[in-house]
Amino acid sequence: MADKKIKNVFRQGAISSGFIGESIHKHQTKTSIGAHNIFLGQVRADVIDDKTVTAIEYTAYEDMANAKFHDIREAAFEKFELTCMHIYHSLGTVKAGEICLFVFVSSPRRKVVFEALEFIVEAIKADVPVFGKEIFEDESHQWKKNT
Amino acid sequence: MLITIKYFGQIAEVTQKEEESLEFSGALISELLEQLYKKYALLGNKDFKVAQNQELVTFETPVSGNEIALLPPFAGG
Repeated sequence: MADKKIKNVFRQGAISSGFIGESIHKHQTKTSIGAHNIFLGQVRADVIDDKTVTAIEYTAYEDMANAKFHDIREAAFEKFELTCMHIYHSLGTVKAGEICLFVFVSSPRRKVVFEALEFIVEAIKADVPVFGKEIFEDESHQWKKNT
Repeated sequence: MLITIKYFGQIAEVTQKEEESLEFSGALISELLEQLYKKYALLGNKDFKVAQNQELVTFETPVSGNEIALLPPFAGG
């Protein structure tokens, strides 16, 4: 079921495993669902010129980003037979190894959720104005760019 | 007209601010950018897209007076 209201996708800091577990738990009452699929984006400790990334500091053009997340949500509901969909993205500092993106799709049948999840994650990477400052251990930084 | 421009990420590093209002008398986004390149010498080296009224626009789009934003490469996820 598509939700017309624009939601705030952003959460301050990392997305905890407790929050993710609780989200799964909340869906146990929705018994038409036969398949969930989950994408978790995790901050990678890349080594660039002998320096290791310790965290990413996320900022966003929040109004436009939430509108884009909304468009992606609408497009996914249009394209796939989904029961529900949830997207959460971090703002602020997320340390290496922590979760910065949580996408959760549910459907009566499994094939749909594999395709839908890839569609949604790729659209997020390409279309949503979120910016990432990769912080190194010596507190210098560089700007992340999705490829 | 007086227009509001928002800067993000590495663009905000160059401009040293996240938002400003500017007097603009031209017509196109490209003319507005020319004005900004004069003000911020390092901006010309940066990769960015322009959004107007929260939609990406080409540099040949007329400036409507709505909110303009300079967006560096996206890094979500």
